[in-house]
Amino acid sequence: MSSRDDILASIRANLPRVDRPLPDVPLFDDDPPASLLAAFKDSLHRMGGVFLDPPASGDLLEPVREKIAGAKIVCSTVPEIAGNRDIAGVSTPQDLADVDFAIVRASFAVAETGSVLLSDADLQVNAVAYLAQHLIVLLDPADIVVNLHHAYRRPEFHDRHYVSFHTGPSATADIEGVLIHGAQGVRSLSVLPVAREAENTAH
Amino acid sequence: MSTPPVMLHPELLAADDTHAIVRDDRRLDHAEAASKPLRSRPEPQPRGAKIHGSRPVDQAEAAARFIAAPEHEKMHDERLWDLRQKRDREMHGIPEWEELRSLASAIKEHTLTHLDEYLEQFEANARSHGVHVHWAHDAAEHNRIVHGILSDHGAKSLIKSKSMLTEECGFRPYMASVGIEVIETDLGERIQQLDNEDPSHVVVPAVHKLRTDVAEVFARTIGTDPANSDVHYLAEAQREATRPLILAADAGMTGCNFAVAETGTFVVCTNEGNADLSANVPKLHIASIGIEKIIPRLEHLAVFIRLLSRSALGSPVTQYTSHFRGPRAGGEMHVVLVDNGRSERLGMEEFWTSLKCIRCGACMNTCPVYRRSGGLSYGATYSGPIGLIIDPTFNQRKYSNLPFASTLNGSCTNVCPVKINIHEQIYAWRRVLVERHETPLAKRAAMKAAGELLSRPAAYRAAIAAADVALAHLPRFVIYNGLNAWGRHREVPHPPKQTFHSWYQANRGGKP
Repeated sequence: MSSRDDILASIRANLPRVDRPLPDVPLFDDDPPASLLAAFKDSLHRMGGVFLDPPASGDLLEPVREKIAGAKIVCSTVPEIAGNRDIAGVSTPQDLADVDFAIVRASFAVAETGSVLLSDADLQVNAVAYLAQHLIVLLDPADIVVNLHHAYRRPEFHDRHYVSFHTGPSATADIEGVLIHGAQGVRSLSVLPVAREAENTAH
Repeated sequence: MSTPPVMLHPELLAADDTHAIVRDDRRLDHAEAASKPLRSRPEPQPRGAKIHGSRPVDQAEAAARFIAAPEHEKMHDERLWDLRQKRDREMHGIPEWEELRSLASAIKEHTLTHLDEYLEQFEANARSHGVHVHWAHDAAEHNRIVHGILSDHGAKSLIKSKSMLTEECGFRPYMASVGIEVIETDLGERIQQLDNEDPSHVVVPAVHKLRTDVAEVFARTIGTDPANSDVHYLAEAQREATRPLILAADAGMTGCNFAVAETGTFVVCTNEGNADLSANVPKLHIASIGIEKIIPRLEHLAVFIRLLSRSALGSPVTQYTSHFRGPRAGGEMHVVLVDNGRSERLGMEEFWTSLKCIRCGACMNTCPVYRRSGGLSYGATYSGPIGLIIDPTFNQRKYSNLPFASTLNGSCTNVCPVKINIHEQIYAWRRVLVERHETPLAKRAAMKAAGELLSRPAAYRAAIAAADVALAHLPRFVIYNGLNAWGRHREVPHPPKQTFHSWYQANRGGKP
């Protein structure tokens, strides 16, 4: 414990003798976009993600079925779509190394940045969202907040051990500024707007 | 609205843009991507400053070698200025930008003036969720603690995400000395590790390298085709080479961008998702956290997340913003809170606000000296304007030249998201170093003479008038010699025909 006490003592001896009150942080939501969903889609696309528009057929899940049609390994944590790798049977994250598509549901999304929040509860095995080659995220359009100030008032930040904003796919431009999707994690991130009610009807 | 992006070196514009990623008819430039296609020509890479123990680093010497490699210098200049312009574009998209900067500065100053309380709060909350919390007085203790944790688990390999704190601690060389393999998972940092070179920038570690330099490093280390410098090929080869190392690693390590006292959460921001792989694939996760990373509450985190990537890269947010509050089921999580000189810096009246820094690199991207010198010319963990004011706190003698590597134009201060008065602190460091005789003799003699002159107005006016006459008539070798650093690589401005004082006397002198 001695380094702890030494460090705290050194801090106390060196604290600047000035008064710096903690400011109130506004929510900066006076001028929200007309449509949170449209704003989210635009932000997501700027960050390299793909918004899967509902098809004319009215079958909301059709774009996902098309995407995974040729895939060998699909791991789904959502009731709407079945995969062929049962995440409940995964004993170590390494078991997910060969997953082509992971399908999960977001806790909520942020219009300002195009982010979806994925928690340890949403993912069941956190690594699935990074080891899979492609990630498909189901989002209830009712679960979109306007900006990050609203986002950080959500309960997930107090309740969960792990939560992550995903904004588009894994990306890098570390070599000469050339944009690459799929640096180490997923090569693509698609968001499908599906209301949570679908969970109940699927059961 | 914002002005359209301007190219500093239009000759770098690539003829084609076939690899561009387009959505909604827009060319994507998120993350650290350039807003336009750039193309360099091959050229041997200039290396960084020569280090001789604690002897003063000769930044100007290394910078001269970087400038002598025009392909590298131009690409570096162009890419960083492009990031600066993307930053401006994002700033103009947020009406409350200046308010956010003021809030960020105020939150950080409040936290730093109550740092002991918030650290104890963070520790208590993290412990209550099953996180093991360690405290390290200095770099050596940090390395020993991490080594101890790894030894307890029999871990021999460690995957990690980029962390300036671990660079500061000399972590990789230490781990090599005790037989533990460290694998960097950020592409830029991995390039630098494989090339046995330090990162040159806090956010884009290999920004000083051309694609042909990377092709050479990868051909030598991971077996790529030395003749192929296609960036997609290089990035994919690195992904394929690193993935098995990630899957086989015994432990994972991350840094920390922000640590939230009220929840005991630490936050890591990356574009590659490599921190999340490092943290979520092995069972053991260790995070190194500088004690200045603390902020009080989640509502404050929103301010910093909105500012960080916009300031750093001109991207609205990083691709991944991950919040760790406790270990996952069956896993183990450790954090190491590191001082390494920070508590002492807190007591430096003129310099304590440098602890507000969130390591975005905006000051580096905008600095004309940094853009033309390359980050490795500073010979220090932190380069660019923020480095000039942090590095001397680690070693005043070794980094005594650095505060002079600035034009004091103030651009760094203007773009800083937490409003650190960087250029004023650079100036203050010059004074401190001169007072402590840490500066070279020629610089000291010149400043002593200037000091005497400036204290006597009449003598100053006479000297300025004489200097203007002299500059107009002196032979070049007198102006452009080794003692006048300002004469290197640039022409001294034409002297005015009349001093301001004599003009004022002639035109306004008679008026009250």
